Amino acid sequence: MSLELVCPAGTPAALRAAIDAGADTVYCGYRDTTNARNYPGLNFDRDEMADGIAYAHRRGRKVLVAVNTFPYAGDPAPWHRAIDHAASADADAVILADIGVLDYATTRHPGLRRHLSVQASASNELSIAFYRDRFDVRRVVLPRVLSVEQIAALVRRIGIETEVFAFGSVGPMSEGRCFLSSYITGLSPTSEGACAPASHVSYREDGDAMLSCLGSVTLNRFQRGEPAAYPTPCKGRYVTNGCASYLFEEPVALNAIDILGDLKAAGVTALKIEGRQRGRAYVTEVVGSFRRAIDALERGDAAVANTLASVAEGSRETHGAYKKGWR
Amino acid sequence: MTRSGKLTLGPLLFHWPADRRRDFYFRIADEANVDCVYLGEVVCSKREPFFDPHLDAVLARLEAAGKQVVRSTLALMILDREVAAVRALAESGALIEANDVASLQELSGRPHVIGPYINVFNEGAHDFLVARGAVRIVLPVEITARGVGVLAGRSVETEMLVFGRQPLSVAMRCYHARAHGLSKDACQFVCGQDPDGLAADTIDGQGLLSVNGTQTLSNGYLVLLHDLAALRGMGVTHFRLSPQDLDMVAVARIHRSVLDGEVLPAEAAAALRGLTRATPWQNGFVHGREGLAWSDTALVPA
Repeated sequence: MSLELVCPAGTPAALRAAIDAGADTVYCGYRDTTNARNYPGLNFDRDEMADGIAYAHRRGRKVLVAVNTFPYAGDPAPWHRAIDHAASADADAVILADIGVLDYATTRHPGLRRHLSVQASASNELSIAFYRDRFDVRRVVLPRVLSVEQIAALVRRIGIETEVFAFGSVGPMSEGRCFLSSYITGLSPTSEGACAPASHVSYREDGDAMLSCLGSVTLNRFQRGEPAAYPTPCKGRYVTNGCASYLFEEPVALNAIDILGDLKAAGVTALKIEGRQRGRAYVTEVVGSFRRAIDALERGDAAVANTLASVAEGSRETHGAYKKGWR
Repeated sequence: MTRSGKLTLGPLLFHWPADRRRDFYFRIADEANVDCVYLGEVVCSKREPFFDPHLDAVLARLEAAGKQVVRSTLALMILDREVAAVRALAESGALIEANDVASLQELSGRPHVIGPYINVFNEGAHDFLVARGAVRIVLPVEITARGVGVLAGRSVETEMLVFGRQPLSVAMRCYHARAHGLSKDACQFVCGQDPDGLAADTIDGQGLLSVNGTQTLSNGYLVLLHDLAALRGMGVTHFRLSPQDLDMVAVARIHRSVLDGEVLPAEAAAALRGLTRATPWQNGFVHGREGLAWSDTALVPA
């Protein structure tokens, strides 16, 4: 089996661009708090979702619907409605994280395929087995904290499909349970779907340098032209023992395009491109590059040239946790 | 159960020397007015072997003192030996606080506690876990009063963190090691240098975070003395104190006196301030604000 290329779509235009550029599968979400990329101007209303799924199906491709935030107590209805709609619109699977939402989907829509979101932070054999056995989860999106060797060992033991991040931002924290952004802004990525919401991000000049701020907190100071990431708390500079540094993660992007053979050999089913918040041009370029790389791998050709540095966040790339030493 | 609510001591999050850790728990057993003590390494499995020689003595001392002892698991498990350890703990029959869903695969159908590192934000997750053996749920640190109102008193016991640095994230990577230019695999246990966490300030000098190995905590202490009565009214049954590098026996006494209605929150706060010195206080999450904020207005009792 060829590696399945799973691509982001923040808008209907990006969905079509991803399909046209060679995505096997597109993932997207509704325009509300039920998905983990709830940023202004992004995502799909009900009609757009149905149209997008029909567009993909006409071309023999798939659409996965992310309903991967954690409902607030007392108001699970938006999450339930999202799953009901995904089922009625013939989505190929839903991507879920919350135990209550998983339970609802399993009970009400047993025939709707369920994937476990990275937001569930299932990073070991037992956690994955829990979701597999309780909710008949068919695929797990693995957290970005595992090495290729660890992934291979998991694949052998868990008996369900795995999807791993191949390109996009590096998330150093255990996802779905990081409260740094709400600690600073009061808005919860976990339940409202936006880490470092744009409404709370600001930039200001500081002499020759720029400051990036989240809420009332200064997250970074950088020189003009110096690569800097979007100001999420885990990409900031902090002072420890009198020394300022990128304590959690450098401004780098994950790019696994030159280790696709290793991931395939590890038994991975699907490659996930991150970036529903990115535009159509990004989608076209990244999806096209990965399509060519996967096809070359299948033909047994030498690796294709990696030309993605220009769209990588911070313009620098890393293999992240896939290679030893990252920890 | 006491009508005024039970006081618990959460797991020690920091890497204290094993002897100091033992002596800390001996004193808790002998002197602290807490009903329940959580014991176990939550942050980093590399730290675990140090305390093993003292574990049985500490367990015996706490149980002899009449404390309920709950064994806490790691918040993030990846390595085979970490998974094997939780399996063995589950098989021992001890009451366990599950902090990673991995534990639930072993504990399902048997009484257990859901720790604050497993997301229980809504009644769907709550009820699913209760149906499979959860007898107490420790709500996530991010929970708001509205969420507490829905979940506490719904069925099983409900616990909330009410004192100590707020756990904000866990990771595979060790930031303590990174701050010292080391890797996790060759960390030299530098986290042991900071018994109350390593300050991580903003570049313009604002206190913001505290690093504890792979865990990131708030720089300030969560203080909910003023809200204890309201939370009790909402149905919270257990109130957790997270061990910090200060007199935790005194912290327990202060909280007990407020829960029992013997001392007014303002008077208790003055006493607590004497213990916490310059560390800022925070209570924003439960008030529906930024977690780092401090709100002077107490929650309204239900």
